Amino acid sequence: MKLLYYPGCTLKTSAKNLEKSAFAIMDALGHEMVEMEDWNCCGVVASLTDDDLMHHLAPLRNLIHVEDQGEDRVITLCDMCCNTLKQTNLRVKEIPDDLETLNAFMDRENDYKGTVRVIHFLEFLRDEIGFDVLKKMVKNPLKGMKTMPYYGCMLLRPREVSIDDAEEPTILSELLTVLGAEVVDNPFKIECCGSYHTIEEKNLVSNRAYRITKFAIDRGSDAIVLSCPLCQFNLDVRGKEAEKIYNSYKQVPVYYYTQLIAVALGLDPKCCRFDDHAVDPTLLLKKKGVFEK
Amino acid sequence: MNKDLEGNIDINALKLKEGELVQEVEDLCGENLFSCYQCGTCSAGCPFIEDMDLAPDEVIRYVILDKKEVLNSKTIWLCASCYTCAERCPRDLNLTKIMEALRQIILRKNIDQTDLRKIPKDEREKIPQLAFVSLFRKNVG
Repeated sequence: MKLLYYPGCTLKTSAKNLEKSAFAIMDALGHEMVEMEDWNCCGVVASLTDDDLMHHLAPLRNLIHVEDQGEDRVITLCDMCCNTLKQTNLRVKEIPDDLETLNAFMDRENDYKGTVRVIHFLEFLRDEIGFDVLKKMVKNPLKGMKTMPYYGCMLLRPREVSIDDAEEPTILSELLTVLGAEVVDNPFKIECCGSYHTIEEKNLVSNRAYRITKFAIDRGSDAIVLSCPLCQFNLDVRGKEAEKIYNSYKQVPVYYYTQLIAVALGLDPKCCRFDDHAVDPTLLLKKKGVFEK
Repeated sequence: MNKDLEGNIDINALKLKEGELVQEVEDLCGENLFSCYQCGTCSAGCPFIEDMDLAPDEVIRYVILDKKEVLNSKTIWLCASCYTCAERCPRDLNLTKIMEALRQIILRKNIDQTDLRKIPKDEREKIPQLAFVSLFRKNVG
């Protein structure tokens, strides 16, 4: 199966580890993921005022280009891109007048016909591959790893674009169970990590990372697993910085779910780019014997 | 319910008409603020409540009462649009959009909340791009 992929800015820069590991998984599954041509930034956050159509242009242009390339679906790895593309897609389908205005404004592009489905890679693995298929492919089960799934906001809210239940999601814990890991549940799993405040309110985000991680540690968890590149930075880097604020606090490693799938399937660990992390993720994998098996 | 709010925007310079704040907000976000019955669910679930000067339900009350100093609250800038309040509101009010409307009232007068030059160079190189794009979208008009 050939699938079109929309990367977004961060996957090409600070989240190469997410992109490379996802591509390695697709290879192992025997599917081809192709980066779409001529994509642009999605705008990251969805337009929230009713009269503001301008900020729907960037996501819409991407959807038009998916249609231009003859596809009716596009896969995203970044939660924020996925959310923004889905929200624009929803708005132009619900309000045809808005679509007409946007189409008229972008007179150099083809009109958007509304045929594209935006799919998060996690959704793709669950709904089109099936976690049971992944289970059969596991070579290095993540035995003894006590992982805390962390969803954040953009996978789940608003409800209309959610990939799972908005209050009690299970997709990551189902995945981790299939990979052989133990799952530690946690009420903070759906709470905001601090998002873009990481630029101007570093300490506030460090506090968020501390609160989220500390709860997990107290319940015996030794790793956090997530999907969003901004959550990853905030929990990993700002969480590491929280060690200076809170005595005897030690940040646990923060993995992308794609990295743990790659490790469990026995793929070349180079695709995980573990060097890019603030807290070394390889120590735990070695300690639990996942790497040696 | 008069609180000291730390923002330094000259509210008079915004030239908002007397008694029309709620209308202006409703025009921008399409929500009916009067349907709020002040249960506080939004504030109970807000991850940033501890750092806010006004609780999210108080923001709605301020707007309804035309207390324009709400535009000087830290709260409207701390809201990172995580949609938790909107998801949980028993009156199905989208407070996430109300917060954005309040930010937009200020940003559309060309008053930016972020000075890009003040972001240190090493941070600029370290922080992921998507954080910058969202900060600019939220804080710069």
